[in-house]
Amino acid sequence: MINEIFSMNGYGLYVWASFIFTIICFVGLYFQIKLQLKKEQEKFKIRYFDLTREETETLKKQETYREILAFTNISKI
Amino acid sequence: MNLILKINKISFKAQKYIFFLFIVVFSIGVVEALILSPSDYKQSDSVRIMYVHVPSAWTSIGIFSVIAILSLGNLVFKNKYFLTIAKSLAPSGLIFNIIALVTGSIWGKPTWGTWWAWDARITSMLVLCIFYILYILSWRVFENKESVKKITSLISILGLINLPIIKFSVEWWATLHQPASIKLSGSSIHSSMLLPLFVMTAAFVLFSILIFLMKYNTELIKIKNKGLDRI
Repeated sequence: MINEIFSMNGYGLYVWASFIFTIICFVGLYFQIKLQLKKEQEKFKIRYFDLTREETETLKKQETYREILAFTNISKI
Repeated sequence: MNLILKINKISFKAQKYIFFLFIVVFSIGVVEALILSPSDYKQSDSVRIMYVHVPSAWTSIGIFSVIAILSLGNLVFKNKYFLTIAKSLAPSGLIFNIIALVTGSIWGKPTWGTWWAWDARITSMLVLCIFYILYILSWRVFENKESVKKITSLISILGLINLPIIKFSVEWWATLHQPASIKLSGSSIHSSMLLPLFVMTAAFVLFSILIFLMKYNTELIKIKNKGLDRI
């Protein structure tokens, strides 16, 4: 049974190569995007917590920030 | 709170649920595709490559259509989120396109006796891949906001012309690639093979949604960071 699954009537190399390639692409893309997301989140945290009270007040008044920061889970605005 | 804000909020929270759902559906799909589904009477077990090749081609074409529609929408409605959504969809579209090309090539060897042929369907898929690469590169290369919006919109709208060529290439020209087995009028594939095909397609769509959500959030945070730099 196991041998049959691996050999796939002689097509095992092609079938497994296709599935493994697909999984490698998925894992690679997932971690690449996750890394980008983490990097930007870290940048944001560092910059955001460095803000003074006045700068935070300025942000509150800007429509773009109200829109963008409305859903952030680390927002202090 | 307007609709876009609601979508933003959902996109932030939905990632883990989509990820979990993707793992479940993909696992079921892989078991169905590799073990439970029958082999083909002509192609034997090499037909199992279909379960990754076809869904990736469908998803890749679907994503490019959405990108082109959003680019058109941006030109008409001037909504700033349209292009951010389109930009966030591109990476998964490109990866699915590459998967379709590579698995198609692997499938071609045992079926046609060659890894590659300059056949209309395969070549038009390669052209789509080039459009994806140009689209993604444009976002990275051009720094002027207005130029990049125009260039990426132009690329996606030009790429849209290629989509019917991909679809009808097997009917318009004599190709090595087989004609479509699944049409609106019905399917020539048996249900025992159709089920894993649809399960895998659902898994691939879930994966593209997951990548889109992560990329979209990255883009939103990038906008915030740029804004914080300006203070």
